[in-house]
Amino acid sequence: MATPASVHAHAPQGFIRKYIFSLDHKVIGIQYFFLALTAVFVGMFLSLLMRIHLIWPAAVLPLVGEIKPETYLSLLTMHGTIMVFFVLTTAPQGGFGNYFLPIQIGAPDMAFPVLNMLSFWTTFVGFVVIIAAFFVTGGAPLHGWTGYTPLSALPSAGPGEQLGADLWIASIAIFCIASLMGALNFITTTLDLRAKGMTMMRMPLTVWSWFITAILGLLAFGVLLSAGILLLMDRNLGTSFYVPLVVVNGQIMGHKGGSPLLWQHLFWFFGHPEVYIAILPGMGVASQVLSTFSRKPIFGYRAMVYAMLSIGFFGFMVWGHHMFMSGMSPYSAFAFSILTMCIGVPSAIKTFNWLGTMYKGRIRFHTPMLYAIGFVSLFVSGGLSGPFLAQPVLDIQLHDTYFVVGHFHLIMGVAAIFGIFAATYYWFPKMFGRMMNEPMGKLHFFLTLAGTYAIFMPMHYLGMAGQTRRYSQFTEVAYQQKLLPLQTFMTYAAIITIAAQFIFVINLFWSMFKGPKASDNPWESTTLEWTTATPPPHDNFGGVTPVVHHGPYEYGVPGAPRDYVMQTDPATSTTH
Amino acid sequence: MATYTPSSPIDHIGHGHKPPMPPAGGGDDGRSGGDAPNYGARLRRARLGLICGIATVCMVFISLTSAYIVRKGLPTFDGASNSYVRDWGRVDLPWLLLAINTAILLVSSITMEFARRKAAREAALAPVKSIPGVSLGNERSFPWLGITVLLGISFLAGQWLAWGELHARGFFVDTNPSSSFAFLLTIAHAIHLGGGMIALIWAASASLLRKPVESRRIVVDITAWYWHFMAVLWIYVFALLGFAK
Repeated sequence: MATPASVHAHAPQGFIRKYIFSLDHKVIGIQYFFLALTAVFVGMFLSLLMRIHLIWPAAVLPLVGEIKPETYLSLLTMHGTIMVFFVLTTAPQGGFGNYFLPIQIGAPDMAFPVLNMLSFWTTFVGFVVIIAAFFVTGGAPLHGWTGYTPLSALPSAGPGEQLGADLWIASIAIFCIASLMGALNFITTTLDLRAKGMTMMRMPLTVWSWFITAILGLLAFGVLLSAGILLLMDRNLGTSFYVPLVVVNGQIMGHKGGSPLLWQHLFWFFGHPEVYIAILPGMGVASQVLSTFSRKPIFGYRAMVYAMLSIGFFGFMVWGHHMFMSGMSPYSAFAFSILTMCIGVPSAIKTFNWLGTMYKGRIRFHTPMLYAIGFVSLFVSGGLSGPFLAQPVLDIQLHDTYFVVGHFHLIMGVAAIFGIFAATYYWFPKMFGRMMNEPMGKLHFFLTLAGTYAIFMPMHYLGMAGQTRRYSQFTEVAYQQKLLPLQTFMTYAAIITIAAQFIFVINLFWSMFKGPKASDNPWESTTLEWTTATPPPHDNFGGVTPVVHHGPYEYGVPGAPRDYVMQTDPATSTTH
Repeated sequence: MATYTPSSPIDHIGHGHKPPMPPAGGGDDGRSGGDAPNYGARLRRARLGLICGIATVCMVFISLTSAYIVRKGLPTFDGASNSYVRDWGRVDLPWLLLAINTAILLVSSITMEFARRKAAREAALAPVKSIPGVSLGNERSFPWLGITVLLGISFLAGQWLAWGELHARGFFVDTNPSSSFAFLLTIAHAIHLGGGMIALIWAASASLLRKPVESRRIVVDITAWYWHFMAVLWIYVFALLGFAK
């Protein structure tokens, strides 16, 4: 019989196999986490440059120089792409999903460990390729993260649309392949590797969220991959899938008959599910953390599961709401509008249940809990503007304004980031065996919460006032002058918020090496990762397989010896 | 503090640099679960992964089909006549050659199925064979996998000839949207089939390298189902190009 000691003996010892090309899902999860951390700082730096340029367009910045209008477009393209793909998709799913999904279902690893490693390194190559776009002739592309054609399909359309745009498309295609490999692994692992007793309805909501996200990824990334291949062919092989007869700088291009709207349909068929790929894991983490720190079972577990499933389902039926301005039939717009507003129902169920979970709870305001509450706050604030944009008559006014920028940054960007922060502060002790500094964590939270609201709430007013997005300069436009003070305020808020993130980074690295040692279950949580050693051994459970007897959120159980019942505690008559 | 109660030891922990073998499926969903990994569980897991992979490939071809339908119906502005005209055009496909290729692929699917059944039979009889003194006689061993590899190579070679024939007839990838899709769909299928070829060669080499019979059976089984899917997908592509001209 194997013992925990023998398990450790079997763990890989060489540096390369242990830390670089590791097959261990925990190491791969940490690799994803640090890749996303690198990417988020790149993306954040780009946003800082944009904010500075909007207020001081003539400023000459160290290392960067003067930002030209086309450079501004490159910055926003790369900011959006890096953030959406390499941060919001990579960290919650690739990072925490990889690390904790197998442990939370009682498995020693992912179903296909080699595929898992390949998935990470393919993502890494995708990141290197997109960063390379900054350094090639012409620089990074300027067609926005949505890559609308024909701009993205014509190398002569702008300085960044040459090799930089090819690298951008190649990077997205590589990322798609990596995500598909990951999704395949997540689905198989969830369905096939659950420990005895871990029924689907005993899975933590985090596992449900990673599972549903993987299904969305499996169905969505293939479409983006196809769309990207057609785009590459239009750019390099002279085909006309997306490009109509078009004139650039007085010169007729060799294309004809293509449809720019075809790209939009294919892109948004991926693009809208991508919103849920980014946010669903955050929902799972928020549920997990709110229940743990409220010391109450999650309110309406089954309703939460069905709400996530229906959000995922509806997510594939609403892509047209990004295209109300494309001249689509009003009947189509009506259908997309109604379906979009339907998503409000499961979203409201989730919000109600989060509040219900906290109601009359014995709340412990640790940093992960603060971030989970922040997540709910941002989800509500960003979500409430969704039904406005879902209505074609309002969207026609608000489309391509800062209102949209404020909406999606709150709901998809910052809310998802708060989910990542909640996950980091919550699982850091398990991952690294030490506690993070609480006062620094709380300071980081309050600065980030106030900062993000200060940046993104004013954008709604700017949008309603008609200020358009993607414009690099407003300072020279007379009728925009009244809005400049608000833009200036947002830039200062962005500088402070970005500076606050260094508190997190210092806390992260300091705590990894110097933080107080963590016990196996410092938060008194119930799920399987807290039943094993900190950090978990190579096979996760030290040579034994757990048997699950309880649901994932049994807190405050009457008659139980403690205020929580671990999932592996023996079944008793007082619990179910 | 944690009150983890160890319940059942696992006897398949990591081997060298490899991760520990995952246990069989769990939950209380009507499966056996919870025990050490076994051949049946590994096969089920691999098939589940394959279903996910096939779902992905389906999405790729569904999106290409939707692009095909949309692009086919689009009019384009013609400056000379100052009106909207269809620029879809038509492609003079080498039907005979493509029909022969289709037949080759279908036959390869049959030989692959024979290979799959043979591998399954070997895996089923392996425990019996291992009993000292028990012999199952001299079973005829037909190289179904090798024949499938040859047929697969023949299909790809045939597709190469078909693309050359299209060039000879004046159709290139940028000649008109119809020819663009003809090349795109057939090449996309060939690339996916190429993946199947790699799996086939892997399966054949697993047989040559005397890998454990169970492992060999899993590889052959997964490759076979993927290969059947490739045959069905080719018929779909062929029908799309043929009937939705």
